[in-house]
Amino acid sequence: MSTSPQNAYPTPVPAVPRPGVRASVFHGKPPAAVTALPLRREPEVVVPKVTLDSISLSYRTTSGERLLALDNINLEVKPGEFLCIVGPSGCGKSTLLHLIAGLHQPTSGKVLIDGAPVTGPGTDRILIFQDLGLFPWLTVGGNVEFGMKMKNVPRAEREEKTQYYLRLVHLSKFKDSYIHQLSGGMRQRVALARALATEPDVLLMDEPFAALDAQTRDLLHDELERLWAETGRTIIFVTHNVREAVRLGDRVALLTFRPGKVKQEFSVSLPRPRHMEDTDVARTARNILDCLRSEINKSLEAEYADEKVG
Amino acid sequence: MKKLARQVVFYSALLAIWALLAKLRIWPPYLFPPPWGVGRALRDGFADHSFWIGIAVTMKRMLIGYSLSVVLGMLLGLAVSSSRFLEETLGGLLVSLQSLPSICWIPLAVLWFGLTEKAILFVVLMGSLLSVTIAMEDGRKQMPKIYAMAGRNLGASGFRLFWSVLLPASLPFIVNGMKQGWAFAWRSLIQAEMIFLSLGLGQLLMMGRDLSDMSQVLAVMILIIILGYLVDGLIFRTIERRLQDRYGLSPA
Repeated sequence: MSTSPQNAYPTPVPAVPRPGVRASVFHGKPPAAVTALPLRREPEVVVPKVTLDSISLSYRTTSGERLLALDNINLEVKPGEFLCIVGPSGCGKSTLLHLIAGLHQPTSGKVLIDGAPVTGPGTDRILIFQDLGLFPWLTVGGNVEFGMKMKNVPRAEREEKTQYYLRLVHLSKFKDSYIHQLSGGMRQRVALARALATEPDVLLMDEPFAALDAQTRDLLHDELERLWAETGRTIIFVTHNVREAVRLGDRVALLTFRPGKVKQEFSVSLPRPRHMEDTDVARTARNILDCLRSEINKSLEAEYADEKVG
Repeated sequence: MKKLARQVVFYSALLAIWALLAKLRIWPPYLFPPPWGVGRALRDGFADHSFWIGIAVTMKRMLIGYSLSVVLGMLLGLAVSSSRFLEETLGGLLVSLQSLPSICWIPLAVLWFGLTEKAILFVVLMGSLLSVTIAMEDGRKQMPKIYAMAGRNLGASGFRLFWSVLLPASLPFIVNGMKQGWAFAWRSLIQAEMIFLSLGLGQLLMMGRDLSDMSQVLAVMILIIILGYLVDGLIFRTIERRLQDRYGLSPA
């Protein structure tokens, strides 16, 4: 395979131990002296929307041993960027999102939003959970409205925005339905609307489309891309599906298995809109997948080992 | 419709067998009264207001004792489920106390409160408090953690998190606990009333025995079954079904 004219190959960006000194997009081969480059190439200093500064997390397992889940993670996400985090199951991708959301605290290191440290949950970052966590006791409208209610947004404005965001995800007709009456794809869209309605700067998405059939997922990819373009939010999207990551992301960060570390970053500069079936997407994914393969093997080995012990 | 038809046939058959056995006079009527004898006892009981008074007195005690145990049980359950220390100490005690039949509290209640209303309420309370507490505690534990996380993520905290997320999220468990608590309270109350001279249904039952009036005994038993069924089978089951529909927990 030769290099495609459209830069279908991902361009590897080696993980840098310290943040703040890395250009976000490289074309061609990574230069040997990475640290010297960014200042010359990008003179304007953009404060990253999200900065993960040497994040580590360890916890005690039920058997009492300490497990290092995340090991010295450094990542920067620019305002309006779509970052996808890929890794084998058990690499701590979800945990990383929980840390950014402020639901847990890292053992060491800092999460910064616009340069300011995160101390707890905040409506400037909304996480869409893997299991969605939609409230079954509320209607679709009630779910979308919930975050605004907690922010004490006046009722009239709340209703208006609920309508707006439901229209945005094509669910206006289902405002008064309950969650269990909806299909999986519709629930995903409710979760999306609920997150967007609090108007967060950063949208954190934890494998939101993993449980969906391919057609529904493709549709939601298109919608997410459109919403991202329309609202200009920063999105951090976690998935184990490399193709999905390439389909959606401006950049893909590859996490290693236990402890989770950023193994490599790839910038994806394929033209949008993209599709899962695009050959360029497939080829780019292929390359990242080769890199990921060794990590998946590690994760599988660990799982089998667990089974033997258990 | 078919279900209703089958039920009608079943109960008619039951009544017919009862009537037949009574007609055959295998046992004397004062030990085995015919259905119409029990029917007459029911009519007379309501006619001289003794059944009405019995029902009113019993239901009043039930409401007071049960409300008390629901409120206290919920508070206790919340406390136990939110503190590791309480869970390990008080939690264990509560579970072991639950193995004590509530009627065992009667001697203690009589010595403490005398033959008074308070003693009856105490027995009802002890009978249902523990099951409400334990159900509440289980509810807090079994409630999917994601709701609390989603709530915090969307900006809820403190009391609002409790009120708008934790409480509704554990509602199915709470209702289940309340239903169990009702069943226990009902049993405890009737038992307690059978021992005290106290106007309630339990006492009417014992009065039937004292007068060797088997018809009245059966009539009161039927009343107790009907009242218990009305509350448990109709009120609680309806609430439960509504909740299950709403929360998407129902099997169909």
